[in-house]
Amino acid sequence: MSKLPTNGGGAIVRAIADVIVENRAYLSEVDGKIGDGDHGNNMAKGFARAKERISDDASLGEAMHIVADVLMGEIGGSMGPLYGMFFDDMASAADNREYLDKQAVGDMLEAGCQGVMAIGEAKPGDKTLLDTLVPAIEAFRACDQDLHEALKALKHGAEKGRDATTDMVAKVGRSSRLGERSRGVPDAGATSCCMILTAFADGAARRLV
Amino acid sequence: MQRFVNNPDDIVDETVRGFIKAHADLVKLHPEHDRVVLSHQAGQRGRVGIVTGGGSGHEPAFLGYTGRNMVDAVAVGELFSSPTGKAFTEAVRAADGGAGVCVLYGNYAGDNMNVKLAQRMAAKEGIEVLTVVANDDVCSAPPSERAKRRGVAGEILMWKVGGAKAATGASAREVQIAAQKAIDACRSVGVGLSPCTLPANAVPNFEIAPGKMEVGIGHHGEPGMEVIDLENADSVADRMFDIVLDDHDLDAGDRVCVLLSGLGATPINELYVLYDRVANRLAEKQIAVHRPFVGNYFTSLEMMGATLTIMKLDDELASLIDAPAACPAMVVEARENQK
Repeated sequence: MSKLPTNGGGAIVRAIADVIVENRAYLSEVDGKIGDGDHGNNMAKGFARAKERISDDASLGEAMHIVADVLMGEIGGSMGPLYGMFFDDMASAADNREYLDKQAVGDMLEAGCQGVMAIGEAKPGDKTLLDTLVPAIEAFRACDQDLHEALKALKHGAEKGRDATTDMVAKVGRSSRLGERSRGVPDAGATSCCMILTAFADGAARRLV
Repeated sequence: MQRFVNNPDDIVDETVRGFIKAHADLVKLHPEHDRVVLSHQAGQRGRVGIVTGGGSGHEPAFLGYTGRNMVDAVAVGELFSSPTGKAFTEAVRAADGGAGVCVLYGNYAGDNMNVKLAQRMAAKEGIEVLTVVANDDVCSAPPSERAKRRGVAGEILMWKVGGAKAATGASAREVQIAAQKAIDACRSVGVGLSPCTLPANAVPNFEIAPGKMEVGIGHHGEPGMEVIDLENADSVADRMFDIVLDDHDLDAGDRVCVLLSGLGATPINELYVLYDRVANRLAEKQIAVHRPFVGNYFTSLEMMGATLTIMKLDDELASLIDAPAACPAMVVEARENQK
């Protein structure tokens, strides 16, 4: 139980899409408290379209490239490019590999994180999806057990990161204009990022060989 | 509120379709991308292409500035949401006539990212893409953090100058420098009297209580400097004027271009009431109005309110502002007795 086959990874990505689509209203509600209330709508639109174009037997890289193309080509706003780069750079890291061991999964997540940072202006602590992503990857890397346990650590790190955004003041994006008024609610991007990482970890854990 | 709307999800597509039909003399839809509007001049050989884009709901911005010696290609986003990186990329491709492209846009997180994506894509194809980011909104950040300020109606004057400069046969770098100079010479402020509501949402995006006004409000209702009791028009005009002038470097004898725009639901006559006062204040200070624009040039759905933009002119900027141009939102004709 220590490596993830990339073949058939399309099923993992389809499961991620399901979670986002199911949480459409919830994500918009979270966003509406300090943003413009369209996060769930945009994310659900993008992931629903991507899911239609992904088959369960697609490879992980192929499926993630499709998500990236839809997000960057059809969604726009801020989340299109941010999650677009996240999935595109993860996909590139998974391409041409039959299996991903623990190191390779960590590298793939790291590549996605670097993609987000390259396109956006946020740093950890700015109340964005990075505040879920960065501690989640750190927790994954810090886990000294096998990939199965590291995926659990990824989930826990993501949840802790998401929860920590509640007490942060937004430094970038539209909610940053609110200053102190942005404190007291979690960030919508951090919330959706936690859903994505959780669905990824659960989906990957089921497929380990 | 009551609206003319079918399915709210279709409102941007329907807006673009109607716009193209109404202004076919000046614009056309990109043949392969229904969120890119093109000038008939777009892609002219050897001329630098001018591109912009932004969320919908600000009409006539952004698409209304597509036209002759103005913007060549506009990427159209959802309401108050940045266009896709793909739309910006197609706009850049269509605007390129081999001399490069200048993307002149406003300082918003989504636009910054999607333009960056387009730059990467275009670079792969060997298209030179330079950018200028408008940041004329005085109240969105202090002068020490000017790079954080949002772009608002000053963008229109930046497009006018950029388009005119490109028409002279200037290089992409020269167009970029002129457009940067144009936006650096602009300061803007907004005052909101009522909120606006996205058609798909039941509640307004923000609140402005009856009897109050928000000074320094942004183009999507971003919080301004302060919420205070509504004052008479002259006092509001004075307040806007003082905010702009305090941030500006203007002396007696200077020349300016003034752009006073409604935010959507304010009647045009009230804009002239404000402009009357602004023009008087400029005259008192012996600052000459070289060219005024008063009307609904850059709106925010049905927000009530107005923005004031004052651009300081030197000889180059004055001649570029005066250069003939035609787009659905603005026509500048040649003056016969030009100095």
